[in-house]
Amino acid sequence: MSLESFMKEAISPWMKNKGPDADIVISSRIRLARNLRDVPFPMAGDEKQLEKITEQVDAKFAGKSHVKFGELELLKMKDLKENEKRVLVEKHLISPNLSNESKAGSVLLSEDESLSIMVNEEDHFRIQCLFSGFQLDEGLKYANDMDDWMEEKLDFAFDENQGYLTSCPTNVGTGLRSSVMMHLPALVMTKRLNRILPAINQLGLVVRGIYGEGSEALGNLFQISNQTTLGKSEKDIVDDLRSVVTQLIQQERSARETLLEESKIQLEDRIYRSYGILAYSRRIESKEAMQRLSDVRMGIDLGLIQDVKGNILNELMIVTQTGFLQQYAGEILTAEQRDERRATLIRERFRLESSRELNDGGGDT
Amino acid sequence: MLCQECQQRPASLHFTKIINGEKTEFHICERCAKDKGEYMPGSNSFSIHQLLSGLLDADQPFSSTKNKKVKKAQPELKCSHCGMNYQQFAEIGKFGCANCYRSFEEKLDPIFRRIHGGNATHLGKIPKRQGKDLHIHREIKELKENLKKQIEEEEFEDAAKTRDQIRSLENNLQKEEGA
Repeated sequence: MSLESFMKEAISPWMKNKGPDADIVISSRIRLARNLRDVPFPMAGDEKQLEKITEQVDAKFAGKSHVKFGELELLKMKDLKENEKRVLVEKHLISPNLSNESKAGSVLLSEDESLSIMVNEEDHFRIQCLFSGFQLDEGLKYANDMDDWMEEKLDFAFDENQGYLTSCPTNVGTGLRSSVMMHLPALVMTKRLNRILPAINQLGLVVRGIYGEGSEALGNLFQISNQTTLGKSEKDIVDDLRSVVTQLIQQERSARETLLEESKIQLEDRIYRSYGILAYSRRIESKEAMQRLSDVRMGIDLGLIQDVKGNILNELMIVTQTGFLQQYAGEILTAEQRDERRATLIRERFRLESSRELNDGGGDT
Repeated sequence: MLCQECQQRPASLHFTKIINGEKTEFHICERCAKDKGEYMPGSNSFSIHQLLSGLLDADQPFSSTKNKKVKKAQPELKCSHCGMNYQQFAEIGKFGCANCYRSFEEKLDPIFRRIHGGNATHLGKIPKRQGKDLHIHREIKELKENLKKQIEEEEFEDAAKTRDQIRSLENNLQKEEGA
């Protein structure tokens, strides 16, 4: 498979749209947790009962056309190969938990992969909408639509006082987790983020690394989400998150300006060194790759690097993960082989960028 | 610093808990931490559920064994639908089924308040189909509050309109229940 067609398949179609504030907010995600009223939650349910839910979903929703999302496809975890599941996790379409530990787990996916409904994860259903850039309202609107659509045909566990009942008490009420993934290199470099984070936590929001709970903030990417799900309306939860994210965007922009004004040469040096390493290295670990990609991405956003497009970080941070490297190679790789493949993939991708530049650069400049 | 649990070994784990702005610090040794089954941040198996089960289990996660005996003497809460008991719920930090919320109801409010910043009542979405009546109930409740305000502010014309609205909604509800 050529690199170009591999990339085409690897990158979810929704990622190609450029949403608002896409230079800092990579993506917005809305998740709703829902459960059936009369079936024990997946942790306590037996496999037969849970299998029935997947069958129900298959009969009622799979293959049916939805106004916004088009046709939905059902994938059962037991039918997928290890690496296929891994790729879905790396695309943030399913959780590691669904991939490895679920009983009768499955996922319902829309064609553009902006909607995924996990079945039999911690809750019976986890409706998730992903949008590029800063688009929390759109995410909430479409997640709500999907929820209404499902509720027409299923009896959800709902209580007047406690709201939607979920397996974990941290999700009860709205069952809503709204989150954004942000690229905050200048706030990290200027060490301002350390001062901001405690304040964010006090507002009932959580900051994590890109692969959720307990994961490290690789490549200066941070996931910020609401913790409180009970006692506030969905709109208020999203509004609170939005106001904090808006402030973070402003802070990041001002930190970038400060860096440009006060230490431009150091900043340029760092960005071009990273660019050089990505363009020429023969082996690179995932952690270093993420850091270098973050530097280059900031260089692009600041206009210091002009011959590479901004979405390269979004793409490469996904396809240089283990699962994708193995899929591209068509085999299971050792850690050393992966480092080599990763470096090659990044080099090729950079070269693709400059050749594309040559091909279509003639007309518009 | 000595471990606050055993007062023998030096405390090697320092753990700060902030709930609703209330700060509690723990300084304990590794062995006591293991005995308590409380994992500290940074250890691999630490998860929100383990931290949570500390919250669910008792007011003080590092309570003495005396309290534990008292707790066992209480009648056990058990869910009639999935068979989970409260102790199990406290250990795992997850409910077994929707009915568990009913079965453990008496204990849940303070837990929800602690997790959700002092809130224990849902103010968000109501399902369209199943919650049809709930929508109307909520609307009536809101209208009644409006009515009170309008009367206080002596806006009697508006108040009369609001009252009629409430009546018609209530009539609709009664008709449906009768049908």
